[in-house]
Amino acid sequence: MTEAVPLLIADGVSRSYGRHIGCCDVSLTLWEGEVLAVVGESGSGKSTLLNCLSGRLSPDAGRISYRRRGEAAPTDIARLRPVEIRDLSRSEWGFIHQDPREGLRMAISGGGNIGERLMAVGNRNYAEIRSAAETWMGRVDLALDRIDDRPTGYSGGMRQRLQIARNLVSAPRLVFMDEPTGGLDVSVQARLVDLIRRLVDDLSLSVILVTHDLAVARHLSERIMVMRSGEVLEAGLTDRVLDDPQAPYTQLLVESILL
Amino acid sequence: MSAAPGYNFAYLDEQTKRMIRRALLKAVAIPGYQVPFASREMPMPYGWGTGGIQITAAIIGPDDTLKVIDQGADDTTNAVSIRAFFARVAGVATTEQTSEASVIQTRHRIPEVPLTEDQILVFQVPIPEPLRFLEPRETETREMHALRDYGLMHVRLYEDIAHFGEIATSYAYPALVGGRYLFDPSPIPKFDNPKLHQSPALQLFGAGREQRIYAIPPYTDVVSLDFEDHPFRIQSWTQPCALCGAEDSYLDEVITDDRGGRMFVCSDTDYCVSRRAGLRNGEAAE
Repeated sequence: MTEAVPLLIADGVSRSYGRHIGCCDVSLTLWEGEVLAVVGESGSGKSTLLNCLSGRLSPDAGRISYRRRGEAAPTDIARLRPVEIRDLSRSEWGFIHQDPREGLRMAISGGGNIGERLMAVGNRNYAEIRSAAETWMGRVDLALDRIDDRPTGYSGGMRQRLQIARNLVSAPRLVFMDEPTGGLDVSVQARLVDLIRRLVDDLSLSVILVTHDLAVARHLSERIMVMRSGEVLEAGLTDRVLDDPQAPYTQLLVESILL
Repeated sequence: MSAAPGYNFAYLDEQTKRMIRRALLKAVAIPGYQVPFASREMPMPYGWGTGGIQITAAIIGPDDTLKVIDQGADDTTNAVSIRAFFARVAGVATTEQTSEASVIQTRHRIPEVPLTEDQILVFQVPIPEPLRFLEPRETETREMHALRDYGLMHVRLYEDIAHFGEIATSYAYPALVGGRYLFDPSPIPKFDNPKLHQSPALQLFGAGREQRIYAIPPYTDVVSLDFEDHPFRIQSWTQPCALCGAEDSYLDEVITDDRGGRMFVCSDTDYCVSRRAGLRNGEAAE
């Protein structure tokens, strides 16, 4: 099913913070409908990489190209104007933060949070926005009677599901997820992983998933990249890397986790 | 009447007035854009109209006639004080009649009598940024203005409809100027928003504490935001003004006793007074 041209190509992406290295010479290719997990310990450069890829941070070196909807060839995102990045990031892209408070507007009701992207791209019909909000509340298993409540009154798991709905309402092709299950208790995590997997399948989303949880990576991703100190140590099919790790660090990582 | 000695004409020094006029020219050139200016300390607290008073000081001349209104009334503390201030430091003529004024400084209302090309309306603005309570970061709101990225404003209107069944925002109702900049028309009731549209008079907005000036040049489009299925509507009342019988003016509810007695009267006192005078003359002529 893969098309001849990848959706996202990163080539030698580096970003440092003064003397501290964020990520160093990272290259990757993401195809349409594929889930790529980026794993590694805290400070390994996963989030820096994710922020570079999603246009939230500009890399010091390297090139990131994204193939926009309806276009045959990828475009260098460094050449896009700020307004184009903004349009991409709320139509074709989604970004799920670890802390839902960063991705949600806490002073706006659940329905308003979901509808924001639709209004941002110019929908001016209340009934349409409302019905899209209701549909998406249902799709992420949120009770419909909470639609006019603010997320301040939601539990952690509900907030995360609302954040997912808010991103998916614009039918994005590529979703960046930064530790989407972090900070939730185990049973809520399991339900959330199920939900994400269902939505990814239904909508054939491409996902770049940053996580330190190998179990989450194994459940959701087809391919995996292991990072440490800003560099990619090992990459390949998820099952292959986790069942038969080659790099010593990956072996350590796999051994240290109860799978 | 001449200005009190010891003050430069209209209180501010000439360099300050020049600076404000430059900001005003830029504001008129880019309708609805918030121009920063070096707001001065004025002999009154912030929130009492320091932005409006600085604009008035910068544009007023010895031949001008000044009218000041506060909530539509000429006889409230703020209006009386500012009128007295300019009478003292600029020696200008003052009036309570809308049609006789060349400069009108206002808080919370636009006069009911249609303005003309020979008049300038100066608004006192507490919060110039319409996106302030939706997006607290000023760096972000500036970028949103630069990119004409105003979907967020509709989120607020969405919230109104979701919670109250209609757009409940009744004052400081957001509008788009000249098809480009979203702006906050200061806390005027949305009843007055249609008067901003294609107004023959120059409209200037000054926010002293926030150090911003913006403007709507004469005959500029001003469109209030709404949804297709929830169009913009102004307030309406079930009864006319209890004093002058006007059915086309903005009415204040006045409590008359402690047993639930109330009446609705025009908020624009000049409009109400002149209508009553007209009625009396009409009766006398019969």
